[in-house]
Amino acid sequence: MGVKSVTASPKGGNAFLANALEFEYGVKAWWTSELYLDSQSTANESSLFTGFRWENRFRPLLREHWINPVLYFEFENINGADKSLLEVVGHDTREGFLERNDRHEKKREAEVKLILSSNVKGWNISENMIAEKNLAGEPWEFGYAMGVSRPLALIASAKQCVFCRENLSAGAEMYGGLGERYSFGLRDTSHYLAPVVEWRVPGGTTFKFSPGFGLNDNSQPFLFRFGVSYEIDQIASRLRGH
Amino acid sequence: MRGWRVAVLVVCVALPALAISIEAGDGRWLAKVPTDVKQRTNPMANESNAMAAGAKLFQENCASCHGKRAEGRAKHPDLHSDRVRNATPGELEWLLKNGSLKNGMPSWSRLPEPQRWQLVTFLKSLD
Repeated sequence: MGVKSVTASPKGGNAFLANALEFEYGVKAWWTSELYLDSQSTANESSLFTGFRWENRFRPLLREHWINPVLYFEFENINGADKSLLEVVGHDTREGFLERNDRHEKKREAEVKLILSSNVKGWNISENMIAEKNLAGEPWEFGYAMGVSRPLALIASAKQCVFCRENLSAGAEMYGGLGERYSFGLRDTSHYLAPVVEWRVPGGTTFKFSPGFGLNDNSQPFLFRFGVSYEIDQIASRLRGH
Repeated sequence: MRGWRVAVLVVCVALPALAISIEAGDGRWLAKVPTDVKQRTNPMANESNAMAAGAKLFQENCASCHGKRAEGRAKHPDLHSDRVRNATPGELEWLLKNGSLKNGMPSWSRLPEPQRWQLVTFLKSLD
């Protein structure tokens, strides 16, 4: 389980902190299912629960390949003002960060991703192609995300250590929108470049920090994503008493 | 609107079923290891700290399923076994990298290759 958060202070709007509380369960070695509960606090406005997302990830190939695909399906039922920014799609721009918390529009959306990842000499390289559809009849929206990261040390030390190089990874991500079905492309889209640092603490806790920088006028100039997750090993076996 | 609800339901139910059918067609992992991979030698075998580092990695990543002393837990196998003793280092590294997804063993490709070899050093040290 974990929390993924993003905070920003949009020009002309109110600073906000959006959180996605994540419960992930490894149903099978090739299938994980996650439930996200989204919430948001906005200065001078309110704090509220903005909705939920349910996603499933499937690994269709049973062996490791040069490029490993993962199929991702998500259903979300959220407030139109949700700013948790788990992805950027379509013509999402910084004006979306100005939406007030009391907006009553409900968004019911289906999202499909093709995630491709490779592990090369310690580097993890991944690319996501995203397609999202508002079930109220809006056109398909598209987006992308790509990233590279690498542990600071590839060889583990023999001693127990918490803050050592093998537990730290560094990298960078780039993500943004690609328009929609009738206006595919980069016009009126926003894009971000974000360094990422991840710290895996022995025992199952992982911290992630990622300052994001907008790459064009449609993007929020700066936002900060951070998260913490904790892995509870073999929870089903524990519940069964094994 | 109703059509989309049906589509979402189909995706969430049919794909796991498809994956299960794919799973059922897979064979035993040892038979899948390519010959050249079987013959790979462990580059960390002569490193003085490799076994201790492998033991640490085992506790962090493997013990929750296989037990703290690799004795096995629930459906997860005891690693003090002839299969592990008789496997070549290359076969064990291949298993760590690819996993055996149909049997619940995940891929550990996210671990850098030198760490997988450190784990192999530890596994080959088990009685």
